[in-house]
Amino acid sequence: MHSPFPDKPQTAPSIVLTGGHLRFAGKEVFHNLHLTLPAAKWSCLLGPSGVGKTSLLRQLAGLRAEDGEMEGTVAAGDGAPLPERIAYMAQQDLLLPWATVLENVLIGRKLRGEPIRPQDRDKAMAILADVDVAREADALPAALSGGMRQRVALARTLFEDRPVILMDEPFSSLDAITRRRLQDLAVRLLAGRTVLLVTHDPMEALRVGDDILLLKGSPARIQAPMSPTGSAPRQEDRDGLWPLYAELLKQLGAAA
Amino acid sequence: MRAIRLCITFAGLLVLWQLIVTATAAPTYILPAPLDVAIAMAERPGLLLQHAWVTFAEILLGLLFGTILGIVSALVIALFRPAKRWLLPVLVISQALPVFALAPLLVLWLGYGMPSKVAMAVLIIYFPVTAAFYDGLRRTEGGWLDLARTMGATRGAMLRHIRIPAALPAFGSGLRVGAAIAPIGAVVGEWVGSSAGLGYLMLHANARMQVDFMFAALALLASFGLALYFTVDFGLRRLTYWQREQSPFDD
Repeated sequence: MHSPFPDKPQTAPSIVLTGGHLRFAGKEVFHNLHLTLPAAKWSCLLGPSGVGKTSLLRQLAGLRAEDGEMEGTVAAGDGAPLPERIAYMAQQDLLLPWATVLENVLIGRKLRGEPIRPQDRDKAMAILADVDVAREADALPAALSGGMRQRVALARTLFEDRPVILMDEPFSSLDAITRRRLQDLAVRLLAGRTVLLVTHDPMEALRVGDDILLLKGSPARIQAPMSPTGSAPRQEDRDGLWPLYAELLKQLGAAA
Repeated sequence: MRAIRLCITFAGLLVLWQLIVTATAAPTYILPAPLDVAIAMAERPGLLLQHAWVTFAEILLGLLFGTILGIVSALVIALFRPAKRWLLPVLVISQALPVFALAPLLVLWLGYGMPSKVAMAVLIIYFPVTAAFYDGLRRTEGGWLDLARTMGATRGAMLRHIRIPAALPAFGSGLRVGAAIAPIGAVVGEWVGSSAGLGYLMLHANARMQVDFMFAALALLASFGLALYFTVDFGLRRLTYWQREQSPFDD
């Protein structure tokens, strides 16, 4: 299949957080947290609401906490600077409503003050074709369905071509079928990158994750209860995910 | 459809007006009938237009300068923290002082000509435009800014590509209010002291009991106000093309 990337993506580094610390309203949400995201693998982070999953992801992305105070050191395993190698995907698609689909994919270049060259347009169109929204390139986001909008958000992430992808429940607002399709698409297109997916859906984690991480307790700690075998995207029956699902639910239930 | 509805409303108001005149049998020097006003308008169109241009120019210049001043103020307040602390009180004071009370002073300082009226219009427009645009700039969707930060956006590019476009709908609400109230500033200024303009004409017509002529001037002013509002509204709709529900007067 034809690749939208003329240049090879940079080699994906591992990510290490040390001394992760989050205080919210005088309460320690997590304290001296250590987290390693292995290079070129999908790590999926599960945990009850309010345990600090989103804050942890924001800390890795170099963003400020929405509320509360954060501390900690985030570094890449290869020692090179990290911020310009990270792409961020949120639960909302964050498409700019006044910009067309194509302009939204190209927004990173505009925001960095870089010119938009013909080859950038070609690359963006190729990616849009890959996520199957090329026909809507000139449409405004309002004209698109939720699933299509999230595809465009994925295309925007792919266009940035960063080796580390941090995703905060990007598929959670979609219906079950659309969600599965997007999971499959993301696994295919983000292969070879270091990915952290924060999710509240254990089955999503089992389908796409190489490593499952649990954040739970007070102050919260990271546990790594399982690493499903077989290559993602896995199928519930074929890959024997149901027992793992039950086990994960039990662990999450114990945490609540 | 919209135009037809407007025409029906307009015709309805004319009929109501005529009914009141007929029912109360009011003399022409108290409440002239619509036809009397039309005749008054047709009798001296040159005089009316000559003064109308003055008032229209005052309104348009006031709207222009008030909008520019409002945009600049809102940007400064939104972008520079210290400016916010110093400028916000000024903004509130500019609105706390009744413009009507300032009118004689402005005429004293800026003279009987156009500048004092333009200044009145600017003062009256400045607050809604600044407050609305500033509010819009302040409430940029946090997720967009997060995304831009992870993409390595410059501050200027973030402003240009995200914060300003995101604030345009709010700015539009402010400018619509501004366009609707701009004529007040100009006409009040003319009442206080002037040698030209529709307000001046109305004052004189009133003193001479030419109420029909006064109504003619008023009708002209109202038509211009309406035209101005709809022009601004149309322009803003084009500017915020991605928004569906725009005008507060839409169904």
